[in-house]
Amino acid sequence: MAGPLLTMTGMTKQYPGCLANDHVSITIEHNQIHALLGENGAGKSTLVKMIYGVTKPDEGEIVWEGQKVTIANPGQAQRLGIGMVFQHFSLFEALTVADNIALGLGSAKERVGLRERIVRISTEYGLPLDPDRVVHDLSVGERQRIEIVRCLLQNPKLLIMDEPTSVLTPTEVQRLFITLRRLASEGCSILYISHKLEEVRSLCSAATIMRLGRNVARCIPAEKTVKELAEIMISAELHAPTPRPRSASHAPPRLVLDRLTIRSPNQFGTDLKDISLSLAGGEILGIAGIAGNGQAELMDALSGEILAGKPETILIDSIPVGHMGPTDRRGVKGCFVPEERNGHGAVTTMSLAENGFLSAFQRGNLVRFGVIQKKRTSAFAQKIIAQFDVRTTGPKAEARSLSGGNLQKFLVGREVLQDPSVLVINQPTWGVDAGAALAIHEAIMALASEGTAVIIISQDLDEIFVLADRISVIAAGRLSPPIPTREATVESIGRLMGGTTSPPPPVEVPRVALRA
Amino acid sequence: MLKIEPRGLESKFWRYASPILALVLTGLTSGLIFAAMGRPAGLTVYTFLIAPLLQQDGLAALVVKAAPLIMMGVGLSLAYRANVWNIGTEGQFTLGAIFAGGVALALPDAPAWIIFPAMLMAGMLGGMVSGGLVAWMRIGFNANEILTSLMFTYITQYLLVYLVTGPWRDPAGFGFPQTAMFSDAAAAPKLIEDSNVHIGVLLAPLIAIGLWFMLEKSLLGFQFRVLGQAPRAARFAGFSEDRLVWVAMLVSGGLAGLAGMLEATGTLGQLTTNISPGYGFAAIIVAFLGRLNPLGVIPAGLLLALSYLGGDAAQINLGLPNAVTGIFQGILLFYLLGCDVLLLHRIKWRRDTVRIAR
Repeated sequence: MAGPLLTMTGMTKQYPGCLANDHVSITIEHNQIHALLGENGAGKSTLVKMIYGVTKPDEGEIVWEGQKVTIANPGQAQRLGIGMVFQHFSLFEALTVADNIALGLGSAKERVGLRERIVRISTEYGLPLDPDRVVHDLSVGERQRIEIVRCLLQNPKLLIMDEPTSVLTPTEVQRLFITLRRLASEGCSILYISHKLEEVRSLCSAATIMRLGRNVARCIPAEKTVKELAEIMISAELHAPTPRPRSASHAPPRLVLDRLTIRSPNQFGTDLKDISLSLAGGEILGIAGIAGNGQAELMDALSGEILAGKPETILIDSIPVGHMGPTDRRGVKGCFVPEERNGHGAVTTMSLAENGFLSAFQRGNLVRFGVIQKKRTSAFAQKIIAQFDVRTTGPKAEARSLSGGNLQKFLVGREVLQDPSVLVINQPTWGVDAGAALAIHEAIMALASEGTAVIIISQDLDEIFVLADRISVIAAGRLSPPIPTREATVESIGRLMGGTTSPPPPVEVPRVALRA
Repeated sequence: MLKIEPRGLESKFWRYASPILALVLTGLTSGLIFAAMGRPAGLTVYTFLIAPLLQQDGLAALVVKAAPLIMMGVGLSLAYRANVWNIGTEGQFTLGAIFAGGVALALPDAPAWIIFPAMLMAGMLGGMVSGGLVAWMRIGFNANEILTSLMFTYITQYLLVYLVTGPWRDPAGFGFPQTAMFSDAAAAPKLIEDSNVHIGVLLAPLIAIGLWFMLEKSLLGFQFRVLGQAPRAARFAGFSEDRLVWVAMLVSGGLAGLAGMLEATGTLGQLTTNISPGYGFAAIIVAFLGRLNPLGVIPAGLLLALSYLGGDAAQINLGLPNAVTGIFQGILLFYLLGCDVLLLHRIKWRRDTVRIAR
């Protein structure tokens, strides 16, 4: 096969008020794992949506296997041989694996012998799946396999993967990489979108880097260091966070959980079982775990969105708060940053001033006689914007006009500026670009050095190892006893993340041609 | 072919242009309907929307009709902004009128300074009882307030029919289904001598301004807006959804009760089986036409009041049936909701030429 698989040149897409792609080019060769790198808002998703036929480009030329094409919709992309695994899965929790895959297929003809094909493809590519399991029983990694198998059933020549490893354990990541390398060697190129530069370096043989809607570089990732890649992405020099002096703290505990047990209000949620911990001021506890193991419930129980029953179950500075809602917990200087920015930590349709007010009106003294103090509210938002380098037009900007990283900086800043005694952050840098992540990490460390007890709940082990003094793992609603970070290894934490069962043996992948 | 495309951001222009477009389309459509009924379209629309204002006392009649619509529309704006879908204002209006009427009938000889405040309280209490029951059923039993508030409307209307044909019927009323006339002291104070313009005409805009301030400037109003736009964020901030549902139902119910009380004492002077020409339902249109903004509700209430007067005029002058008022209001709500698509979407004319070129 001569020539590249896919060449896109001059791709341009104008959204109202935003030039999302400005003459972007990308070339993907046959058998290539090609990384697409860039900060949030750099235009990666727009480019990918144009490849997959979700968005129609204003300008630009797409050449697929030497032929000029227009891709009008995802169905057509699939007929050309393009498959995509989205970051957020679209699966029906109450249906089986086979039913979910069947729903994605067009005609009855395609469903003939589907079960056998699912089993064959999943074993061939080291993606073990039982077609009869119901989806809500499956781990996130298994769910992702469903999405991958769904794509592979269409015999794709190009598979697009959007941030595939953010939800996986280290072992699952290794397995996924084996699968992806196999696919590439057998003629299915892969376009791999990720923030994790280390992964990109080990997996991808080429990279296209975008910034502010434009191409800024094309390179071979293995020839660059992580730091160099990050610098190209954000066009600034990065300094590694200075390691914190980690001494065992003998300060009195500021946050204590005593056998916290909670039934999840969500049908498919995870119940919390007997969670106990004690955290001193100045200490950062990292809680690792695979998504859906009780992190959301733990966050809600700590913030007071779910009440803990007995007051003594949760103590902040020795004050029993288990029975208090979020407002009263803020009253004793507990501050919280939930995982979901849109609609949970922030109201996207409201201004930054109003979003600052949302959780700070009480401690920031922003209400007098029941009336919002407009000037103080605006000044508070302005202070967050200035101190945390939030890129925006000002306190009047709507929250949804900010990129993910900037909004997250704002939300972290909102809590940090309230001088908390306890700060809990769920996924501090999820979907956040490298520059913003660094700023958030620095803010967390500065806060801890001033005596705040900090919990970070994160799926990003690198982040936990950089920040935390001690590491606990949450699995199936139980919290493991904390291990000092200097004694922990990725392997030991990874084992705990997998729960009580020992990690599965490495999968032997038989070499079978993709298209027989 | 025509295609509807998302805009991404809400259009500021269409936020205000959409109700105007809806009004124009409503005028055109009702003109067509009148034409189909064999009436000259232009004349009918004129009779409907303009002639009532030119009559003697036309403006007075307009503001008197608008007052209850504005009070209820304001209460509904508040509830709807918090995603509390109270559609039972008609029932809350009726129960307010019943409570106030009960006070008037029980104290026929009381002086004005006792009976009017007593009726005022009773009227609001009646609306709040009706609204509060809905809030209690939503919070305690997770019962959908759209259904329960509508069902309470029917219950209340039958209660009214029972009272005015049974225990409260005027013994000297020749068997007509109506109560005795209230005492003169029980009549709502008039703003203008020898007219229908009662104190409600003054109260309605004051309530609108007060609730606008509450919604836009106060912590409580902020809580309503957050609950409506992002319920999870409201929980995160520590705003109690139950409390806000209570407040929304009590305020919207209480204002409807107040409107009912003023209608019974200011306009009718007694209770009959027919105390409301659908004001409670028209108030839903008023709230949406006013963009769920208490200040926007004022012109919206005036417009809907005009539709009632226009309906009367069309009946008298052109011999059209009473149903034209309801048809006009229905068409208006239909276009109003339809045109709101333009807030978040644009309509594009494009040929379908996309083809696979391989």
